[in-house]
Amino acid sequence: MPITLTVNGKAHTLDVEPEMPLLWALRETIGLTGTKFGCGIAACGVCTVHLDGRPVRSCVLPISAADGKTVTTIEGLAPDGVLSKVQQAWIAHQVPQCGYCQSGMIMAVAALLAATPKPTDADIDAGLTNICRCGTFARVRAAIHDVANSTDGSAS
Amino acid sequence: MNQWSRRAFIGAGTVAGGGFLLGVAGFTFAPSRHSLVSADAAAKGQLTTWITITPDNMIDILIPHCEMGQGASTALAMMAAEELEADWSLVRVQEAPAEDAYANGYIIRAMGGGYVPAMLGRGVDYGAYKAMEWIGLMVTGGSTSVRGTGEWGMRVAGAAAKEMLVAAAAKQWNVPASECVAKSSRIAHAASGKSATYGELAPAAATESVPTSPTLKNPDTFTIRRTSAQRLDLPSKVDGSAVYAIDFTMPGMLYAALAIAPVQGGKLVAVDTAPADAMPGVKKVVKLDEAVAVVADSFWRARRALAALKPEFSDAGHGAVSTDSIFAAFDQALGPAPAVPKNAARTITADYRAPFLAHATMEPMVCTARVEGAGAETLAEVWAGVQDPLNARSVAAKALGTDVHNVRLTNFMLGGGFGRRLPFTFDYVDLGVRVAKAMSPIPVKTIWTRENDLQHDYYRGAALSRHAGALDANGTPLAAHSNYTGGGNDEAVFMPYKIAEMAAEEKKAPHAIREGQWRSVLNSQHGFFKESFIDEMAHAAGKDPFEFRRGLVTEQPRFKAALEKAASMSGWGTPLPPGEGRGIAVCDSFGTICAEVVHVAVSPEGQLKVLNVYAAIDCGDVINLDGATAQAEGGIIFALSAALLSEITIDQGQVVQTNFRDYPMIHIADAPKITTAFIRSDAPLGGLGEPPVPPLAPALCNAIFAATGVRVRELPIRKTSLKKA
Repeated sequence: MPITLTVNGKAHTLDVEPEMPLLWALRETIGLTGTKFGCGIAACGVCTVHLDGRPVRSCVLPISAADGKTVTTIEGLAPDGVLSKVQQAWIAHQVPQCGYCQSGMIMAVAALLAATPKPTDADIDAGLTNICRCGTFARVRAAIHDVANSTDGSAS
Repeated sequence: MNQWSRRAFIGAGTVAGGGFLLGVAGFTFAPSRHSLVSADAAAKGQLTTWITITPDNMIDILIPHCEMGQGASTALAMMAAEELEADWSLVRVQEAPAEDAYANGYIIRAMGGGYVPAMLGRGVDYGAYKAMEWIGLMVTGGSTSVRGTGEWGMRVAGAAAKEMLVAAAAKQWNVPASECVAKSSRIAHAASGKSATYGELAPAAATESVPTSPTLKNPDTFTIRRTSAQRLDLPSKVDGSAVYAIDFTMPGMLYAALAIAPVQGGKLVAVDTAPADAMPGVKKVVKLDEAVAVVADSFWRARRALAALKPEFSDAGHGAVSTDSIFAAFDQALGPAPAVPKNAARTITADYRAPFLAHATMEPMVCTARVEGAGAETLAEVWAGVQDPLNARSVAAKALGTDVHNVRLTNFMLGGGFGRRLPFTFDYVDLGVRVAKAMSPIPVKTIWTRENDLQHDYYRGAALSRHAGALDANGTPLAAHSNYTGGGNDEAVFMPYKIAEMAAEEKKAPHAIREGQWRSVLNSQHGFFKESFIDEMAHAAGKDPFEFRRGLVTEQPRFKAALEKAASMSGWGTPLPPGEGRGIAVCDSFGTICAEVVHVAVSPEGQLKVLNVYAAIDCGDVINLDGATAQAEGGIIFALSAALLSEITIDQGQVVQTNFRDYPMIHIADAPKITTAFIRSDAPLGGLGEPPVPPLAPALCNAIFAATGVRVRELPIRKTSLKKA
């Protein structure tokens, strides 16, 4: 039974097992490798994407759960080549080091800001559980506040 | 696939062999290393091995180091651009290919008159000066990129290229070279009003011979170095376009999932492949000496099929090894506490314990390979993320029984390194090429799961250290002695303090767990040991831990300055609310002195919150100020996560931990505010990737003691109750 979903505005029909995690469908079937594999048990967050606007850890989400839905990946945050506010803040604060976790971090932050446009430090602590081994947390926090405090507070 | 373009790039016969290596003892920069240019150098504007200026006035700099987030590519480019008098906005970087010509082992060897980073001590016979042993390295580790390649390579290359451009302009305009001024990627001659861009001059400049000893800039005139430049690798890391080894793909490629013998050294005894053979997408079950791999048309299918197998492995005779058995052997090897002077007014003893640790890079180990032919005629292409492409290439060649020149290796940005991807730890390349050989000529990407990664690491070694100290009636230290297991070296055990008797002696207690180099290497354990114990001595003397240390480093001005800076940044000595405390520590590693003060709060129930970390760092000078700051922040968080949470344990010869659930990491909620200051000194450039790591754990435990009276002598801290003593 084919799965139909929209990824970054483009419709895809996939003939894969319904239990295949969304992560591997994105990376290997559709060819969007910006979303990363880190743990396979939803513990680290590097695979975070948006499913109908909400953040999900795609390494444990069966593709069947995305059937008929809309997925946004890191590649879809800047569709016209213009970086989103979160991405711009990531450059301004020079957040990434190795960068491997940052696709997931940026997607998690974009979702956090969409739900809570002016997050407190406590909101950030509670809402962001992605792992970064390079230790970029202080810059992540500063960048989030920067986006929140800029103009209308919208993260897009 | 038997057409290799490798030789075409480098002028025939220009690869330096043993000759320059023999000349390394009294190091002068070998000009041959700067003149490895392609046959069409003039047409391309390639001025030196490392620098090419294109007709559109862009400067391409080849970087013989990998980029794993440490910012080395940007910092090295800044060092070249500074000497080149380049317009920084016109500079691009590219990682040098895995070719002998770009080996940097000679550069590392040249540093500090023969100083060799600890991670290279194993398996490299540097005393022999043999070309094969040195030329085979293109290492990124030991915090060497900037202070080795940058100082001895990039600066010289930039200065040489500038002099070639000046010479070309002078000839073209028929004016003295001394009257030509280079600035912002342009040469100008004021008297005649002539001026030309580097791009315009490059073809002529490339025909000039490479100067052997170009003049380097006076640091007072730096305009690019010491500023904060945006990292050149960052734009691709915010939009998903950065390509790591795990992202590499090619048509027809298959995927492999691995089950490796759970006890290191164990062999595959038997496996019934039938359950996997029948599953969708499976192409083959590959039996290797120490592993079984399922190769399929997607990684998820390979992994699912692997889970259906029940491979049987031997345990190499290590099936009874446990964390307890290892530490019992450590304890026995150490014996009684070291002897201290009999006339002491006060003696103290303490044991400190450090666990095995995993690197847990966010990107797991990955190797893609395509193998063709057989025997000595075997050709292979390998795609992997490594901290030493040349050694990785050798590993692949050896696994295939072919010459290194029959293997082409492409490196990628690394999703974290921390020492996991160094020479002599390329098991993932070894396994990857053997899986691909079994599928020859189909390319196969072998992806390690997090479980593979945590259970088959080259671990930071566990260690036990037994200390004894003596004080006179005034609280002046008379002796500080330690015996330790788990390895050490002069740098790791060094204490800057003026104490009449100091000694640290290793006691051997070998075990079966394989070890590697983990960010800051042996300093990571010994920093905790020695800076915890000196703190205990300060308290035993009834003195303030900062003042106690300061009183013992009066003849060590760099240590004294770092301690004083960290203390003043932290408001050391000012009152804190009950339940809060500050701790201090200072360590010298990789040529850099780093003092840190940690400020904690501990609730009456023993709940710990790390509030602030203040770091004062003397690495001589900084190249990219913001990049250096990021390295300090990252090193502190890396060390903090380990100090609070991390422990690899062994049971029945196997690693117990499997994933981030039982090998947890700190989150943003646990991250303290970090304040960093750099102290400029006249010392040679020191490293930065590692030096912020060692002082963190002791400063943190010292802060916990100040807050609670509980002395933590075992890492991770979560194993000790912090309820106020």
